[in-house]
Amino acid sequence: MADIATHDTDHATDHGHHSSTGLSNNKLAMWLFLGSECLLFGGLISTYMLYRGRVQNGPHPSQIYDIPFTSVSSFVLLMSSLTMVLAVSSAQRKDDAKTNLWLVITALLGATFIGGQVYEFTTFYREGLGFTTSLFGSSFYALTGFHGVHVSIGVIMLLSLMGIIKKGKITGDKAEVVELIGLYWHFVDIVWIIIFTLVYLIPS
Amino acid sequence: MSTATDTHADAHEHGMSDAGYVKIAIILAAITALEVSTYYVDFGPLFMPALLTMMVVKFVMVVSYFMHLKFDSKIFSFLFYVGLGLALFVYITALATFKFFIA
Repeated sequence: MADIATHDTDHATDHGHHSSTGLSNNKLAMWLFLGSECLLFGGLISTYMLYRGRVQNGPHPSQIYDIPFTSVSSFVLLMSSLTMVLAVSSAQRKDDAKTNLWLVITALLGATFIGGQVYEFTTFYREGLGFTTSLFGSSFYALTGFHGVHVSIGVIMLLSLMGIIKKGKITGDKAEVVELIGLYWHFVDIVWIIIFTLVYLIPS
Repeated sequence: MSTATDTHADAHEHGMSDAGYVKIAIILAAITALEVSTYYVDFGPLFMPALLTMMVVKFVMVVSYFMHLKFDSKIFSFLFYVGLGLALFVYITALATFKFFIA
């Protein structure tokens, strides 16, 4: 009886805490969180759509957007989703070395994207688009800034995860932890897929 | 032999093999290239529908394959798509209130 109880405890530890549905509570919570994030970004995107043509002062969107540059940034973030899913796949095979490698590459790609965004913001500011210059400026910086903060948090989570894996401090299912951070990372990518089309490619 | 079988079984259980993920990424990159081409090439009246379609296809591919929703429990899909659907409903309604869709 004691053996059975021990086995059950080990099983629960290995695969996280499961709900009555048999699904991981952690994963359920992450999907619920991502569902609620849709509402946050939906609000920011629709505000931008409403205000992108409201330019009283400063440059118009078509005057400052650098589509080739943003296309490269988008490609970088898209490829980071591939490296992230490869990290999850490696974690599921319990291959720590490859998991760490793909996590490092994902974090580097994310940092590259952030670097590009900082460069873009700096350029726009020098060209006369400040946060309070126009409604377009405010809504643009709010939307892309919030997204940038999400990517930055993702990079911090990836780096922290690598440190935790190296120190062997994950007590539960390691693959699930990597997968949860992967879900967050892919969400940040799909938000950018929408922003890239609606903000950059469709003219106001 | 057993490793190959294990890998195959593992890939089947969790969705796809690594090669499958690379194929999906190549398709996504190709769609992105097509999207960017709309900036340089005049697609006429197809411009907007084509861009929106490509955006939705990319979104669904990432969610289905990279986020494993296609292979995971339907409850996860329900939680995510309900949030997404609610966001779409609320904000399309809000934009309509401001006569956003009237040219």
